[in-house]
Amino acid sequence: MPDKVSARLVRCVITCLGLAAVAGVSTAGVLPEDRADVLYFRYDGGGVTINGPSMLVRKSIGEHVSVAANYYIDMVSSASIDVQTSASPYDDERTQSSLSMDFLHGKSTYSIGYVNSDESDYKAKTMFASVSHDMFGDLTTISFAFKSGQNEVFRNVKIDDVKQNDPAFNDGLGKADMESKSFSVGVSQIVTKNLVLSGQYEVITDEGWLNSPYRSVRFFIGTDAQGQQPEKYPNTRSSNAASIRGKYFLPWRAAVDGMYRFYTDTWGVIGHTAELGYVHPLDTKFAGGDWTFEGRLRYYTQTAADFYADIFPRADFSNFMARDKELATYNAITAGFGATYEFKIERFPWLTKGQINLRYDYMTIAYDDFRDATYSLGKFGALPDPPLAPGTEPLYELQANIFQFYISAFF
Amino acid sequence: MRIRGLFVLTALVTMMSGCSSIEPWVKPYDRENLADPIMSFSRAPISQDFLDHVFESREGSRGATGGGGGGCGCN
Repeated sequence: MPDKVSARLVRCVITCLGLAAVAGVSTAGVLPEDRADVLYFRYDGGGVTINGPSMLVRKSIGEHVSVAANYYIDMVSSASIDVQTSASPYDDERTQSSLSMDFLHGKSTYSIGYVNSDESDYKAKTMFASVSHDMFGDLTTISFAFKSGQNEVFRNVKIDDVKQNDPAFNDGLGKADMESKSFSVGVSQIVTKNLVLSGQYEVITDEGWLNSPYRSVRFFIGTDAQGQQPEKYPNTRSSNAASIRGKYFLPWRAAVDGMYRFYTDTWGVIGHTAELGYVHPLDTKFAGGDWTFEGRLRYYTQTAADFYADIFPRADFSNFMARDKELATYNAITAGFGATYEFKIERFPWLTKGQINLRYDYMTIAYDDFRDATYSLGKFGALPDPPLAPGTEPLYELQANIFQFYISAFF
Repeated sequence: MRIRGLFVLTALVTMMSGCSSIEPWVKPYDRENLADPIMSFSRAPISQDFLDHVFESREGSRGATGGGGGGCGCN
C-alpha cells in the first residue's frame, strides 16, 4: 500500500514539475542575495563533543544565475552512552562540501545541487533539484523538490592499533550500500500585509543497510543477567513528514513565528515537533551598529519504533531488534538565544553590510524507555560496584550545550 | 485511470492559465513589513543548516524542514 501511495506521489510530482516548467512567465523574480558566511560551532552533550567550521559563499552571475558553495567540517570526539557500554572512545572527522546553482526564469526559479559527505566509516553523495514558481500576483509560491542519495557504510576497527575499515564487515564485503530518495512539495502564502504562512510535505524512502555497524541490543539471560547481540534493522524505511509554519510582523517592528511538524514512518515512529520564535531588532544604534535579538523554543516528542526495546526478553527475540535511543520514546526541549550586530564600513563601499552573530542553544532530552546501561554493564569494560540488575537502571537523560559564532558579509 | 489523469491535468492547466486574472489582495506597495529581513524564515542559512543537522542526528523524525541534507555524522 505505501508503494502505491509513493508511486502516485511520484506521478503527481512529475506532473506538477511539468506544469511549473510550461507555466507562463512574464516579470522577473528575485534571486537570493550575495553573501559570505563563516561559522564556528560547538556541540557538547551526552559524552560527545563536535566542533568545526562551516563556510558558505553565494554569488550571482549576471541577473539570472546564483551559485552557492558550502564547506563544513564536523570534528567528533565521542564517548556517548552507546560507546561507553560496548567500545572505546574515538575521534573522527566528517567533511561535507556542496555546490548548488539557482536559475531564475521569470517567476520561476530552478535549482540543482550536489552534496558530498565524507567520514571514515560513512560516505554520502546527494544530488537534488527543485523548482519554485510565484503566482497569484506573487502572493503564492509553490515548490517541488527531488533528492537522491547514494551512501556507503563501513565499520572501523583497530588492527595493530591502527584505525581502518573492517574487511570482514557485511559478510566479508567490507562495506554496505544505502540509497535514499526524497520528494517534497511546498507552498508559501502571503495572507495579509503582516502574515506569511508556508507548508511542506516530504516523503523519504531509504533502502539498504540502515542499522549502525557498531551498536548492540541487550537481552535477558534468565531474570537477572543480560547478554548483547548486534542490532538488526529492516532494509527499507519510508517516512512522511508534513509541516506548517507562519510568521507575523508585530506593530512594534518585531516578528513572531511558529512551526508544527507531524512525522510518521513505516518503522512505527510517530513524531511531533513544535517551535516558537521571536525576533526583536533594537530601535536605536548601540556601539555604532544595529542589534537584533532572537529567542527560540522547540519541543519534540516521539513514540518508539515497533522493533525497539531497551532490553529484549531473550536472544534472537524477533527478526528486527534495535536499541538506538533515537528510536526510543522520548521528548526533548531546546531553548535558544541569539544576538546579531550589524554594521557598515565606509572604506568598503562594496560591502552592503556585515554581521557578527552569537547563538546559544540548550537541549535536554528525557527518555521514557531507554535506560542508562552503564549502571549494569559498566563503562569501557570496567564494571560498576555494585552493578544494578538489568532493566532496573535509571532512565537516561541527555543535556547538550550548542554554541555558534558566525560572521556574515553581504555584497 | 489515464482519462482521469488527463482530466486533472487539463483542469490544473486551465486553473493556472487563469492565475494572472486573480487580483492580489495584498498590493506590492503594502508588502513593506513582509520585506523586512526579520520576516525571513531563515535569516541565517548557515546556522539553520547546522541546527537542522543536530536535530536530525538525534531525532527519529526527518524531512519537511527545507534542508539540503547529506551524510550521517551519527555512528
